[in-house]
Amino acid sequence: MKYLPLIWAALFRRKTRTILTVLSIIAAFLLFGMLDAVRTSFDQAGKSANGAERLQTGSKLSFIQTLPQSLEAAIGRVPGVKAVAYANWFGGAYQDPHNQIFSFAVSPNYLDLYPEVEVGAAARKSFAETRTGVLVGAQLARKYHWKVGDKLPLQSTIFPNHDGSKNWSFDIVGIMRPRDTGGRMFGQIILMHWKYFDDSTPYNSGTVGWYVSRVADVNQSDRIAKAIDAISANSDHETRTQTEQAATANWIKQFADIGLIVGSIMGAVFFTLMLLAGNTMMQAVRERTSELAVLKTIGFSNRSVLLMVLAESVLLLLIGGLVGLGLATVLLPVVSAGSGGALNLPPVDAGSWLLGVALMLGIGVLVGTLPALRAMRLNIVDALAGR
Amino acid sequence: MATLIDIHDLAKTYVRGRQKIEVLHNINLAVAAGEFLALMGPSGSGKTTLLNLIGGLDAPTAGSISVGGQRIDRLGGGALAKWRASTVGFVFQFYNLMPMLTAQRNVELPLLLTRLSSAQRRKNASIALQLVGLADRAGHKPGELSGGQQQRVAIARAIVSDPTLLVCDEPTGDLDRQSAAEVLGLLQQLNREHGKTVVVVTHDPKAAEYARQTLHLDKGTLVEQAAA
Repeated sequence: MKYLPLIWAALFRRKTRTILTVLSIIAAFLLFGMLDAVRTSFDQAGKSANGAERLQTGSKLSFIQTLPQSLEAAIGRVPGVKAVAYANWFGGAYQDPHNQIFSFAVSPNYLDLYPEVEVGAAARKSFAETRTGVLVGAQLARKYHWKVGDKLPLQSTIFPNHDGSKNWSFDIVGIMRPRDTGGRMFGQIILMHWKYFDDSTPYNSGTVGWYVSRVADVNQSDRIAKAIDAISANSDHETRTQTEQAATANWIKQFADIGLIVGSIMGAVFFTLMLLAGNTMMQAVRERTSELAVLKTIGFSNRSVLLMVLAESVLLLLIGGLVGLGLATVLLPVVSAGSGGALNLPPVDAGSWLLGVALMLGIGVLVGTLPALRAMRLNIVDALAGR
Repeated sequence: MATLIDIHDLAKTYVRGRQKIEVLHNINLAVAAGEFLALMGPSGSGKTTLLNLIGGLDAPTAGSISVGGQRIDRLGGGALAKWRASTVGFVFQFYNLMPMLTAQRNVELPLLLTRLSSAQRRKNASIALQLVGLADRAGHKPGELSGGQQQRVAIARAIVSDPTLLVCDEPTGDLDRQSAAEVLGLLQQLNREHGKTVVVVTHDPKAAEYARQTLHLDKGTLVEQAAA
């Protein structure tokens, strides 16, 4: 600690250069905080205590292939399955094709399998009794100022109505609120009746997109999944059953490998940052050749000089990194709130902080090593003579 | 008086590319404790090299150097750094202060290597600054001080850890006549009143007049010895 004022003073010897470098580091770690939240958000999708009890059964060929509704009863008879529900993708847009809303046509018992979602008893009753009724997520309702009793016009991106148009009209009968982070997705989706959907569109005749089964014992999930898939083996609708987490991850991967995208962007950002911070440190040490020689002259060992330069480099990264990640922590909830539910980013969690601090220390050591070795190997006589 | 610096058959050769440059050869010298020695000679005569060897900044090619009975030519890098920290104070021609630190912090630098508390370090640095007459400039950075004042801060830094030996390389080379006289007077005071052994390299005969003994070097050999 007694060397800190010396290290601090050396770091800010060239204030403008150091401040510009710190700003770059802040920007890099702000981006890291934001993108890591996106990665975590996708990574966490489907991971919950309730989710662990659920299996998803979809077509083995593709997620756009449907399955016969008759499978419901067969799946329900598999030993270990406590309940079965089903759903279809609807894919609606509200007012403008850009306002895409995740909407699903679901079986009457669908919400029974999702205790992480809160829907009032009156709303459940109303939903059960209203053929055109929909339950909307609380965040969506807030964003579009919807309330119970409103008519909700939606345009399906795929399915035509009985009149041949893609315009559908629903009645909002209730609001869904997530009880915990596991049910977060329900704050941003719409659920409608599968029966109404199936009766109305000529594109669907008694088929479902996927089944959701709740198992009695999660340790039996593998066996149950195999038993479910065995029902349709060698048929024209072979199935693939997976845990909810695996199914969600596969579904997301159909769009993009978020981990790879985030990793690639951050790799490029941190590589650039290393060049920038490395250049700053190299220049800083080169400029201070005679000062470092003086330190050695008055008795600082080679090791102390090496450690001081490394500490300077780590401090540079820590100042920028902590501020950047701190900003991300503050800004993420603001951005999420400001998007009116369009972006539902989780806060920067302890894992992101740990990874961030490890990156700060790692990059600090990496960019400081070369200048620190140069400082350590400095020959006092040559340095004092300006050679 | 007891001998503080004892040099026998000292030689120093530098290798620059394929060329070998013999800077010092056959140097034999004994400097008593409490001495004020001036080393004079033309450029390239080996004065600074000899001073660097005495101060433990460089290693001889042959021969031996003992300071206070310690064979410093046999010490490794780490041990030599520790020895310098405890035994030698250095004063350079261009002061070599840390530009981003105040005079107080500059003087405290050698004390960072000791076990002294922060308060004790501050106190010792203040005493050293008081001794060189710059107590009122403790909060100033080198850029805010004149050349003479900067050199006095450098002297305070050199004496703050109470070394036995002060080695000074052209300490007045960058100063006007009046500042030079003040600095040399200060070194003389440290020698006479505080018993520091001082070895000064200088081109300036007027500076050498402050020393009790003057030695001349030419082409790497001691050629003349004169006592003041």
